[in-house]
Amino acid sequence: MTTENLPGLPEEPIARTGMFGSRDSGDTSGYNRLVVRRPPKLVSSRPYGSYFDDVADALEPAFADAIERVVVDRGEVTFHVRRERLTEVMKHLRDDPALRFELSLGVSGVHYPEETGAELRAVYHLCSITHNRRIRVEVSCPDADPHIPSTVQVYPTHDWHERETYDFFGIVFDGHPALTRIEMPDDWEGHPQRKDYPLGGIPVEYRGAEVPAPDRRRSYS
Amino acid sequence: MSTTETEGRIYDVAGQDWDELVKTVSESADERLVVNMGPQHPSTHGVLRLVLTLDGETVTEARTVIGYLHTGIEKNMEFRTWTQGVTFVTRMDYLAPIFNETAYCLGVEKLLGITDRIPDRAQAIRVLTMELTRISSHLVAIATFGMELGATTPMLFGFREREMVLDLMEYITGLRMNMAYVRPGGVSVDLPAGAVDKIGEFLKVMPGRLKEMRKLLDANPVYTRRTKDVAYLDLTGCMALGITGPMLRAAGLPWDLRKSQPYCGYETYEFAVPTQTTCDVYGRYLVRMDEMEESLKIIEQALDRLSGPLKGGPVMIEDKKIGWPAQLALGPDGLGNSPDHIAHIMGGSMEALIHHFKLVTEGFRVPAGQVYSSVESPRGELGAHVVSDGGTRPYRVHFRDPSFTNLQAVPATCEGGMVADVISAVASIDPVMGGVDR
Repeated sequence: MTTENLPGLPEEPIARTGMFGSRDSGDTSGYNRLVVRRPPKLVSSRPYGSYFDDVADALEPAFADAIERVVVDRGEVTFHVRRERLTEVMKHLRDDPALRFELSLGVSGVHYPEETGAELRAVYHLCSITHNRRIRVEVSCPDADPHIPSTVQVYPTHDWHERETYDFFGIVFDGHPALTRIEMPDDWEGHPQRKDYPLGGIPVEYRGAEVPAPDRRRSYS
Repeated sequence: MSTTETEGRIYDVAGQDWDELVKTVSESADERLVVNMGPQHPSTHGVLRLVLTLDGETVTEARTVIGYLHTGIEKNMEFRTWTQGVTFVTRMDYLAPIFNETAYCLGVEKLLGITDRIPDRAQAIRVLTMELTRISSHLVAIATFGMELGATTPMLFGFREREMVLDLMEYITGLRMNMAYVRPGGVSVDLPAGAVDKIGEFLKVMPGRLKEMRKLLDANPVYTRRTKDVAYLDLTGCMALGITGPMLRAAGLPWDLRKSQPYCGYETYEFAVPTQTTCDVYGRYLVRMDEMEESLKIIEQALDRLSGPLKGGPVMIEDKKIGWPAQLALGPDGLGNSPDHIAHIMGGSMEALIHHFKLVTEGFRVPAGQVYSSVESPRGELGAHVVSDGGTRPYRVHFRDPSFTNLQAVPATCEGGMVADVISAVASIDPVMGGVDR
């Protein structure tokens, strides 16, 4: 059978096989043959729609090489920016009259252990009060070299937010005035929001049955 | 008491040794004093710790230490279903639980792509409960603020009025606080019989009570002296520090997400965005008072709709793969699935039983992606960054809590001022540590 005319099969890496996360018994259900692949990496192309084209127009002439990709998903736009150019891009986003993202809603971190070379992400949500627009800027760094330039100079509100992201993910924001832990105790070891950090907990007895700790329970994901 | 010589003289006070301390300190000419205020200080709104460097009565340096109430809510949510997440987020900013739930649920609904399919009645109930909560939250802000300045009457007034709101919330949701009432797809249960009348009575009483409060405080000379021109933070400072909410509106900018980026149908309600231009504590107080009056207007409109055109409508999305299958009913051991539903799944339909079991234990799947959703909470923009990997549990949820960001204004508002004004500065920020630390 020729496969030339068939639509391309998903080539994304396998996220998991089987069901319920059980590995310890023989497959009597057939569920273990189930394969779930990772969601594809999105890249949007022009026209982005809404005001996203205007933002991209104002950003791209000066920073075409700084933007890795643009994703438009569920009515929101994400600009993936190279970390080397982050502070320039942020400054431009804040100061350019066509952009004017005066208000930053802080930094959020995400850990994708499977995305080799871009495991750690810092996600910035910016809001323009002048134009009533919102965008998201995402920066990645590899786990082996967890450094992202600090943007406190551009948005002073990032002071605590970068400390929080450092505390929970171990991303080092170079140039931050005092990058210390903020939520966890100063002598804490590890960065709790990373995916390789266990949730912890103990089994609890309830009406004669033992309920395992939350991270030991059956998972359907 | 012990004194050590490291960087100048350091005096440690352990209690019971005040006479000794006064005697030792009076011998020294140095006026610099580092005071540790909190984390168990009654006027720091929970477990906030302030490290104040004082030169006489003047604060030269104010440092904020947080993290004493960190409970790992964001991490815990990654190990529960999307619906169970509501039970966690409601505990963050415990004075405004409905806002946490709504911000989170709006994010989940955006990820699911069902924002337009949420029933109007559910949206109106969300608006109604959010505005009730805004009133109760502002009442606590003003009540505790009065008490911290030494006036107990505003405290008694504020908590008495708040009790009315909490009673209403208990009547509607079953719980006074931490109600986990807003769920992805709608709300957990419809308004009970008689709720409209009860809220109507509240609407009759409340304007008079707010007037009483204003009579007590608006032109009170002691109050105005403690609040006017104190903790000044102008628009530039607010923007740089990411301050939103009443603090921003007291700096003159009418920025309110309910108007500028409406959600839950706020664009169909008539209300004003109160502002002040004084940039001080008094201005923030006035903004909060005015906002409560506007909230009453919104509640009245929502109530008219709920008892009129939206009467009898569904309160949960009609999608059987997302909407919670059962209505809740009060049983002998609290709220639970309604007897009708139990009879249906246990005696009527095997398919309904399987469906219930799958949806309740496994939960629904949310397509992979990330969204940011935000609501105007009593303290400012409450944002939720929700990430899904396509599974039945959140991959990552981050909350941009307004208290967390607004607390960064402590050095800007306190340094250079009197130590007594630190109390009113912090109170005017109105931080809730449960939200700050999460």
